[in-house]
Amino acid sequence: MSWDTVIGLEIHVQLATKTKIFSGASTAYGAEPNTQACAIDLAMPGTLPVLNKQAVNYAIMFGLAIDAEIGQVSAFERKNYFYPDSPKGYQTTQLERPIVGRGNVEIQLADGSSKNVRIHHAHLEEDAGKSLHEGNFNSNFSGIDLNRAGTPLIEIVSEPDMCNAEEAVAFARKIHGIVTSLGICDGEMSQGSMRFDVNVSVKPSGSETLGIRTETKNLNSYKFMEEAIKREVERQIDVIEDGGTIAQETRLYNGDTKVARSMRSKEEANDYRYFPCPDLLPVVVSDEEVAELRRNLPELPDARQARFVEQYSLSDYDAGILSSDAAMAKYFEAVTSACNNAKLAANWTMGELSARLNNEDISIANSPVSAEQLGGLVTRIADNSISGKMAKEVFEGIWAGEGSADDIIEARGLKQVSDSGALEQMVADVLTANQAMVDDYISTDEAKRKKKLGGFMGKIMQASKGQANPQQVNQILAQKLNDLL
Amino acid sequence: MNIERQEIEKLATLARIAIDDSTINEVSQRLSSVLDLVDQLQAVNTEGVEAMSHPMQATQRLREDEVTEINQREAFQAIAPETEDGLFLVPKVIE
Amino acid sequence: MHNLTIAELIKGLQSKEFSSVELTQHFLNRIGSLNPAYNAVITVTAEQALKAAAEADMRLAAGNAPALCGVPILHKDIFCTNGVRTSCGSKMLDNFIPPYNATVVENFEQAGAVVLGKTNMDEFAMGSSNETSFYGPVKNPWATDCVPGGSSGGSAAAVAARLAPGATATDTGGSIRQPAALCGISGIKPTYGRVSRWGMVAFASSLDQGGPMARTAEDCALLLNCMASYDDKDSTCIDREVPDYTATLDGSVKGLRIGVPKEYFSEGLDAGIEKAVRAALANLEAQGAELVEISLPNSGLSVPAYYVIAPAEASANLSRFDGSRYGYRCEGPKDLQDMYSRSRSEGFGKEVQRRILIGTYCLSAGYYDAYYGKAQQVRKLIQQDFDRAFESVDLIMGPTCPSPAFKFGAKSDDPVAMYLEDIYTVATNLAGLPGMSIPCGMADNKPVGLQIIGTYFDEARMLNVAHQYQQATDWHDLAPEGVAS
Repeated sequence: MSWDTVIGLEIHVQLATKTKIFSGASTAYGAEPNTQACAIDLAMPGTLPVLNKQAVNYAIMFGLAIDAEIGQVSAFERKNYFYPDSPKGYQTTQLERPIVGRGNVEIQLADGSSKNVRIHHAHLEEDAGKSLHEGNFNSNFSGIDLNRAGTPLIEIVSEPDMCNAEEAVAFARKIHGIVTSLGICDGEMSQGSMRFDVNVSVKPSGSETLGIRTETKNLNSYKFMEEAIKREVERQIDVIEDGGTIAQETRLYNGDTKVARSMRSKEEANDYRYFPCPDLLPVVVSDEEVAELRRNLPELPDARQARFVEQYSLSDYDAGILSSDAAMAKYFEAVTSACNNAKLAANWTMGELSARLNNEDISIANSPVSAEQLGGLVTRIADNSISGKMAKEVFEGIWAGEGSADDIIEARGLKQVSDSGALEQMVADVLTANQAMVDDYISTDEAKRKKKLGGFMGKIMQASKGQANPQQVNQILAQKLNDLL
Repeated sequence: MNIERQEIEKLATLARIAIDDSTINEVSQRLSSVLDLVDQLQAVNTEGVEAMSHPMQATQRLREDEVTEINQREAFQAIAPETEDGLFLVPKVIE
Repeated sequence: MHNLTIAELIKGLQSKEFSSVELTQHFLNRIGSLNPAYNAVITVTAEQALKAAAEADMRLAAGNAPALCGVPILHKDIFCTNGVRTSCGSKMLDNFIPPYNATVVENFEQAGAVVLGKTNMDEFAMGSSNETSFYGPVKNPWATDCVPGGSSGGSAAAVAARLAPGATATDTGGSIRQPAALCGISGIKPTYGRVSRWGMVAFASSLDQGGPMARTAEDCALLLNCMASYDDKDSTCIDREVPDYTATLDGSVKGLRIGVPKEYFSEGLDAGIEKAVRAALANLEAQGAELVEISLPNSGLSVPAYYVIAPAEASANLSRFDGSRYGYRCEGPKDLQDMYSRSRSEGFGKEVQRRILIGTYCLSAGYYDAYYGKAQQVRKLIQQDFDRAFESVDLIMGPTCPSPAFKFGAKSDDPVAMYLEDIYTVATNLAGLPGMSIPCGMADNKPVGLQIIGTYFDEARMLNVAHQYQQATDWHDLAPEGVAS
């Protein structure tokens, strides 16, 4: 029996405003608990919300970036439920009339194909606070920090257009690229700036009827989302094949333990009793305001990709990777600006740098190797000061904080020998010292001689402690050997 | 219109209000009589009538995105039932 | 001094006939000796009052002091007062000392008024008799075995007993007008959005309004000048200039068209009340006003609509009272849910719990359209009735209450009978219109109130007409036995 997977995503994006959505308290990351929770955020009696203009603007910018309908009249509802991180006992959100309506996002897949994912809508809402289950307090308690309560979010709801984990991740990455390029979100997933809820269901291949879906909430990495989806699909197929039915439920996935479980039973299926929030009036946005926002939209990933292909002569693929993330795009362009070699800049940014950053889970914004420094390294590769192999060593040095490429080349004496005089001498010396090898070379069939070159190269590189410019050495060696024939 | 006991228990859970077994009948009676009152609304034809959430035809004022609130944790937590290290303490949340 | 109106007190203070300190001490003494009989004041702020009075005296001496400088007032215990307990008549907030002021409180502070204390009220403003307060019922100074009306029963009784010349109050379904009527004083609920709701603990957000209570319309005008302001912390507050309500009290009522709704004079209206109200209307007619019979056909739906909308909004507004961050927390909660449900069932009285349950019911899945949705539509119909009426009349008048002050316990067994006390007042809250009550006679030896309803922001005209009526009559001068001496 073969199965189709149907996936829809709800992505919570924290907007990078200075203040909360309904109060003037700061949203700066990392503050001491409850030092950024004002009376409104604490739901003190008699307090009232006032809407943050920037949050509205950021939401509209997102709508414009995905070619969506903009809700020029939108309103807020109260979603009622009790939880310590939700101090009012309700969350202020949008239901009937969200600020952004239907839109479209195109994703690129590994095989080069692209696919359209429809957006159902995106709405504004407030984030909840945090519950800490461990701390300097009795283990029978939980500690509540409401600094995050009231941070503006847009919740982006897709249609169930994705068919597998790859598509879901591509979609999530695309959204990340869009919101960071717009500057409306800092994209720091480790800080919770973006969180994913995945709705997954399976159905027999070709069937028109959708299966029962489950929701796995609060994933904050692509890796975990991918794992969670794969496990859930497997689980659902197992259940159905065993003759069971899928329970419509909310699940949590623990990326560290790799265990997924059902959340507190849904028998008291939460009745949120949505109703229009009487403390907030309808939000009206004029055509002029929308036009102004549209005029000032920053460059979006798709446009940037096209520009990279054009401006830097990159392949579609490379341009795609470099343009997908605003921070990476910025970095790459800074490197190119420093060294004037887009191709090498691209290779190093996507290759060595990204690999190392991913390995140590560091974002490019926090890279120990700055764009200028990488640019400096690439310059020295391009001008043949160092070999490709040496470059890796220099890179490590920069990463470790030893300074710029030039500093390290200087300090470790790594400058590639490219002086033809010196190299000539070096080759000559090696040939002299290895007469047996030379004789062997001369007596070998012409067809098989090429293979023997490696042995000479090895000795020459050894003698020069790896600093001889290999291309030049090759040329000189070939010349000299030819002369001996 | 009679409100069933089960319904009351559901409402009580949603509203996080504990209702004693001994008073549940009284509560049911009183709620039922209020519902009889409000059921009068059903007799009215409201087809095509716009629902009114706000009496005024005003629209939402937008606030500039500037920090205006200072840290008043001490003042707010001075009146809290239980705090520690700047956190509000509540009995453990069991998932 | 307690028999002087605020207008007269202002003259006395400015002409140095007496000082604010003397005045304040006088009222504090009265509260000390008379309040136990009425239970109108639940918190006395003697020390702060005398300090404020001393400061007021200095300001008065310096000249150029605001109108209300040095005038003692009381605040209904629903307005947050910085550093002073604000209980809302509930055990839930018995220990709540807000570290902030309501805007109304702030306004009076800026004006130099002296706050004597906080008045008793129906718990969380839910009631029409002030029998639901955690601090015990308030007694009507005219008949101490009878209710003063509610929810602002404490403010009304305090003014009637001349424990203060004026008091602030709130009105969601009649809570200023009805107690004003039952206690023989004047009170006005302004247009929705005229007075800031910041710091005024919310009961039903789209219906609540703060307003003044005093013995005369002129005094109400003086107090309203101070209470009304545009506050950008309240999104539902309307940005509209506050006129000087005392400047237009003297216009004649000649040519004024007064609408008299036939639905307000049907069976159920006490005969004594009808007589007094008709006499008042005749008086105005004699002064040159024209009486016009009008119809407000959807009047009968106003109580059912109100008792869906108000509890629904209240059910959400009161969710924040959960024992977490302030207010009452039950002893030894065994887990989170236990803390929530026991704190709320022990902290809230029965009427509040009932209304929360009703509100929850009306918003529940499956019932929303039939109840909440329907009520919001009926609300529109009611507003349209008034809009139509105001096309042909300038003001609408009738009785404030269907019956005079009733005995304690007379209606507490039957919530619906209690709710019907609001039959003439709730429609104005639903429509957001301003409404006022002034004394116009006696029935069964208890005061009768005349209700005046104006169109949006027409408070100046209402106060003018009320003042003209009070120039021609002396019902407002009457005092309960033993109070004026």
